[in-house]
Amino acid sequence: MQEHRSAAHLTANDLACRRGDRVLFAGLSLALAPGESLQVAGANGIGKSSLIRILAGLMRPFAGAVERTGAVGLVDDRPALDPHLPLGKALAFWQRTDGAADGKLVRLGLADLLDVPVRYLSTGQKKRAALARLIGQAAPVWLLDEPLNGLDSQAARLTEALAAEHCAAGGICVIASHQSFTLPGMRQLALAEFAA
Amino acid sequence: MSARLGALLRRDLALLLFGRRGGTVLPVLFFLAVAMLFPFAVGPDAQLLARTGGGVIWVAALLAAILPLDRLIEPDIELGFFDQWALRGISEEWIVAVRVLAHWLSFGPPLMLAALIAAALLGLDAATLRTVEIGLLAGTPGLAALGVTVAALTAGLRGGAALAGLLVIPLAVPLLIFGAGSLAIGGTSGLALTGAVSLVLLAIAPFAAGAAIRGARQ
Repeated sequence: MQEHRSAAHLTANDLACRRGDRVLFAGLSLALAPGESLQVAGANGIGKSSLIRILAGLMRPFAGAVERTGAVGLVDDRPALDPHLPLGKALAFWQRTDGAADGKLVRLGLADLLDVPVRYLSTGQKKRAALARLIGQAAPVWLLDEPLNGLDSQAARLTEALAAEHCAAGGICVIASHQSFTLPGMRQLALAEFAA
Repeated sequence: MSARLGALLRRDLALLLFGRRGGTVLPVLFFLAVAMLFPFAVGPDAQLLARTGGGVIWVAALLAAILPLDRLIEPDIELGFFDQWALRGISEEWIVAVRVLAHWLSFGPPLMLAALIAAALLGLDAATLRTVEIGLLAGTPGLAALGVTVAALTAGLRGGAALAGLLVIPLAVPLLIFGAGSLAIGGTSGLALTGAVSLVLLAIAPFAAGAAIRGARQ
């Protein structure tokens, strides 16, 4: 895994994003090398989530291009866990898919929740479960869309620590959040500067 | 890749066979209810029932196949599953192919079993029952492919579930004509055409549904 991570790159050239008739942002370029991180900041509706989805390759940019080296892991407001299954079984599906075992469940405080159906989990607990899925995926590029939403301060610090460890191991982090996210050496990108 | 598709099939089957909202039980009960109500409606004329019963089984099977449409594709888009699969390089085409298989397994064989009971309720003779069963074996895979395709096309639309049902019915008419028609004309030509329509639908489904799911992201 380590050699994959050291080869990870994420580059975007002259991106523009259009939703409906509105161009949300234009002329946005960024480049991230292994170990680097970036916070995308801006008000609601300015296009943070759209930028994350464009970087993930899930949405086509209106203009420009994205180049990715290395697999991409995404955490957004949808946990991609079956609501009626117990958390352990819902996570086991992704473990089988990713061939991974260690999702740092104990550290994320999920070890006691494995028998609880996902639909009974709180927003913050679902977020932590999504982080466990992300860690199990072992993707070098992390795209986190509002990762702190619904998390208590302890879980928020834990998320920051996990992101810091990921970057220290040569991973890339892009965090879209209007909240402050503490990560050593993280650059800031104010999306408002690119608003069209 | 095969391990991933195996995990996918396992999840799909668990959801479609035993999931919430009835799983496989609801379509089978619906199917049997139609077969049970029909003699009450047209009266206990054994000859009439034997003559029309095969067609009734086909109509009931088609309508029963519509019941699970709203949980075939849309929940997985809303929960973010398709995005996570895309990030892992698992194409929508493969996911749809697996889902067609799981959807068929969850209603095709159960309906063929239930058709035995329906045939008894309607008083079909052995030869008719055999034609019905072979016809269902040839036609239900096509119904499954059509159902998944339409479910993908209508996912995310307001009233998508009702629209999906309305869209499937006209598109399934060829299957119904050849499948139920094979009862009237005898021989194997009707069954062969049913199988041919099924194969066309099976070949189209992964690509049409895959494109629809990708298109819904934009």
